[in-house]
Amino acid sequence: MSALYYRYIALSLSVLALAGLPACKTMDTISEIGADVAVASGVATPQQGQSIKKAGSAVGKTFESITPEQEYYIGRTVGAVVLNQYKPLDNAAANHYLNVLGQTLAQFSDKPETFGGYHFLVMETEDVNAFSAPGGLIFISRGMIRCCRSEDALAAVLAHEIGHVELQHGLQAISKSRVTSALTILAAESAKSFGGQELAQLTEAFEGSIGDITATMMNNGYSRGFERQADRAAVTILQRSGYDPNGLTAMLTQMKAQIKPGGHDFAKTHPSPDSRIADIVKWIGPVKPVVSPAARQARFQAAVGKI
Amino acid sequence: MIRIKQIAATVVLTALAALAAAAATMSVQVKDAPVRATPSFVGKVVGTLAYGDQVEIRQTQGAWSQVAGAGVSGWLHTSALSSKKIVLAAGREQAKVAASGDELALAGKGFNSDVEGQFKSAHKDIDFTWIDRMEKIRIPAADMQSFLKDGGVTPKEGGAK
Repeated sequence: MSALYYRYIALSLSVLALAGLPACKTMDTISEIGADVAVASGVATPQQGQSIKKAGSAVGKTFESITPEQEYYIGRTVGAVVLNQYKPLDNAAANHYLNVLGQTLAQFSDKPETFGGYHFLVMETEDVNAFSAPGGLIFISRGMIRCCRSEDALAAVLAHEIGHVELQHGLQAISKSRVTSALTILAAESAKSFGGQELAQLTEAFEGSIGDITATMMNNGYSRGFERQADRAAVTILQRSGYDPNGLTAMLTQMKAQIKPGGHDFAKTHPSPDSRIADIVKWIGPVKPVVSPAARQARFQAAVGKI
Repeated sequence: MIRIKQIAATVVLTALAALAAAAATMSVQVKDAPVRATPSFVGKVVGTLAYGDQVEIRQTQGAWSQVAGAGVSGWLHTSALSSKKIVLAAGREQAKVAASGDELALAGKGFNSDVEGQFKSAHKDIDFTWIDRMEKIRIPAADMQSFLKDGGVTPKEGGAK
């Protein structure tokens, strides 16, 4: 919690005090914290606190209100939709290797623990693609693995996807109104289990959320800023774990040669490899070739070298 | 203006005190979380905590918290913890509090297995077989350690921050 954050609370409450505690349309999630603090410090009565919360909750709920358990369920369905379009590669050795590497890397991210954990799967397609569903289900295409000439390069691909999970980029693709409507249904509901109508409404919000995420991930791509953040997270994960961060630039250089302009894969959903490399060298210095020890290179070749 | 500043100062202090008190007990917000002997990914796993388990925070070191609860004590990565009390089977009163405030989170609410079930029955073409299968792939901590060692990969001190 930063000092700035507390100043923000203080400022929100100052506004509250000046306005004589009416329901304030401009207040967002801060109103919930603000209301608690206002009650605790005697600025507002508990009743007023409740009304501030209600007013705030209608407009202030964002993706951050989605619990890790709900993120897990969103991720499972996003993953199933991905696999509806891209067939999984039924290669136990390759998938096991991908999971040993990926789950190890996830331990070095800022979010090593998610509700259901990180799990990885190869997609059979030749397209150069990788997707990460909220909560940690990560899919890498055979075409993408072919852009990797070393374990360090493959580690960079996985670390970039772990970065998207850690930063919750998928959840942020859900439209705010959708999150609000789902949470409004939840708030209206009490202890009884959901009736048919609430379940139908929630399922509608769920379907919409899945649609928002898959459309962003598979068709439109994340913003340039999100991709840069995921690359930055990848560099951090590689450096902490002990892999060569040049794996990322090596992979991007190879990808540049492999992607087809105008294709519907990474070429469409990601910034150009050159522009990503330009950012990465600012963090790690000039591009250097990856030097992998013989044992590391041998196991990489054995697991996915002929994929 | 002075009055507003006073209110703001009181509020900031109250908020700090409230946060300090709230930080003493936290809930496990993931299905299961490994507890380690030392605040590091390389620390030996001494036990596992489950979703909803409440733990007392003894101290924190970077992103690691020393916890005790549910018969286990050791270090847990903070990403596994929530300051909300997670209620696995909520009664009526708790559900009301959870709906109106930020102190409680109800397990199994909202997007849950029921909603997934509804989705599945409306989209029979979408197959979850491989999703279930990939979730079962869980690499033991010891295997990760030997994977790093055998590949000559040397993590920086402390691992995850």
